[in-house]
Amino acid sequence: MTITLQIDGKEVKAESGVTVLEAARQAGVHIPTLCEHDRLMPYGVCRICCVEVEKKGRKRIVVSCGYPVENGLVVTTRSPRIDRIRKVLIELVAPTAMADGLLAGEMKKIATEYGADIHRFESRFTGKPIRCILCGKCVRYCDEVVGKQAIGFVGRGVDRRAVFFPEQARACLTCEACFNLCPTGKIAADTDFVVFDGFSVDDYSSGEL
Amino acid sequence: MKAAVSRAQTKGSTRASRAVKKTVGRYNADPDMLIQILLDLQTTLGWLSPGVLADVSEQLGVPVSRVYHIASFYKAFSLVPRGRHIIKVCMGTACQVRGAPQLVNVIASMLNMKPGETSEDRRFTLETVNCLGCCAMGPVIAVDGVYHSKPTTEDLRSIFKGAR
Repeated sequence: MTITLQIDGKEVKAESGVTVLEAARQAGVHIPTLCEHDRLMPYGVCRICCVEVEKKGRKRIVVSCGYPVENGLVVTTRSPRIDRIRKVLIELVAPTAMADGLLAGEMKKIATEYGADIHRFESRFTGKPIRCILCGKCVRYCDEVVGKQAIGFVGRGVDRRAVFFPEQARACLTCEACFNLCPTGKIAADTDFVVFDGFSVDDYSSGEL
Repeated sequence: MKAAVSRAQTKGSTRASRAVKKTVGRYNADPDMLIQILLDLQTTLGWLSPGVLADVSEQLGVPVSRVYHIASFYKAFSLVPRGRHIIKVCMGTACQVRGAPQLVNVIASMLNMKPGETSEDRRFTLETVNCLGCCAMGPVIAVDGVYHSKPTTEDLRSIFKGAR
C-alpha cells in the first residue's frame, strides 16, 4: 500500500512499512546517521537521525531510522531544535570517540556540519577514550550480513566493548567488511588483523580494554 | 580485575568439561536455554572459565561471541575464579546510613582483601551488593546465603571461622 506523507514541505509517496528515514532518502532528503546501514536492521542507538514528526497537530521528536511512515505524517528533518539536538549528541559522545583530540570519519563530518564543540564535555569526561561509540555496526554487520559473528559486544555499562574473537576471526583477513563501517575509524586504524593484539576478547578478560 | 586467565589455559579441565556435558545434556542442547545452562554451571563450578564458555559454545552451536556477550553482561556470572565462600555486604541506602561502609572496612582488614577480590587461598570472595532486601536488619551481610544482622567484630570472627 502506498502512503502519502510530507517531508520538509514536500509531498512524498512511500510504501507502508518503510521507515521515515528510507522515505526521506527516496525523496532525496538527507538525514545524517551513525548507526544505520541499509543492509542492517534498524538499531536506533545513535539518535543522530532524529526528526520532528507532526501528527494531529502534536509535534514530537522521533528516531527516523526506526519510525514507520504513516499517512498524513508531517516530517521536519532540519530545524533549530533538531540541529541543536544533533549538535549536543555529537558533543556528548565526542570525548569517547576522539583519537588524539580529533574526530574522524562520519563523526567528523557531522560535527563540522552542525558546528559541534567537540571539546565541550572533555573536562567532565571520566571514562576511557576508547574511540568507539558502541554503534554496533561492525558487530551487526558481521552477524547479519557476513554471518561470522567474529566481533561482538562484551561487558556492560561503561565497560562495554566491541571485541574480536580470534577463533571465529580466521576469515577476517580476507573479509575486512567492517573496516569502512566504523563512524570513528577505529577498526581500520587500531586493528592488527593478523594477531588481534589490543582488540580481542583476551585483552578484555585481562582488563586492558 | 586481577587473576586474568588466558582463554586457552583452562580448556580441557576434566571436571569442568564433564559438568558442561551433563548440564548441556539436561537441557537437550537447546540453544535457547543458554542463560539457564550458564547459571547452572555458575552454581556448580563457582565461575565460568574460558574453557567452559568455549565448550558451551561448541556443544550448543552458539557462537563464542554470543556466549561471552551473555556471560559478561549479567552480574550473576563470574568470569574469574571465586572463593569457596561468598561474603556479600549490603550497600543499600538503609545499610549505608547504618554504617555499612565501616563494616566493609572492618571485614576487608580482617580478611586482608578489598571488596571484589578473592583471597589467595580461594577461601573467600568479598563483594558489595546494592540491596539484600532486608533493610530493617541493616547493616546486613550474607555469607553463603545466610544473613547476619548488625554483626559485631566478634560475630564476624566466628562467622569467618566457621567458613573453612
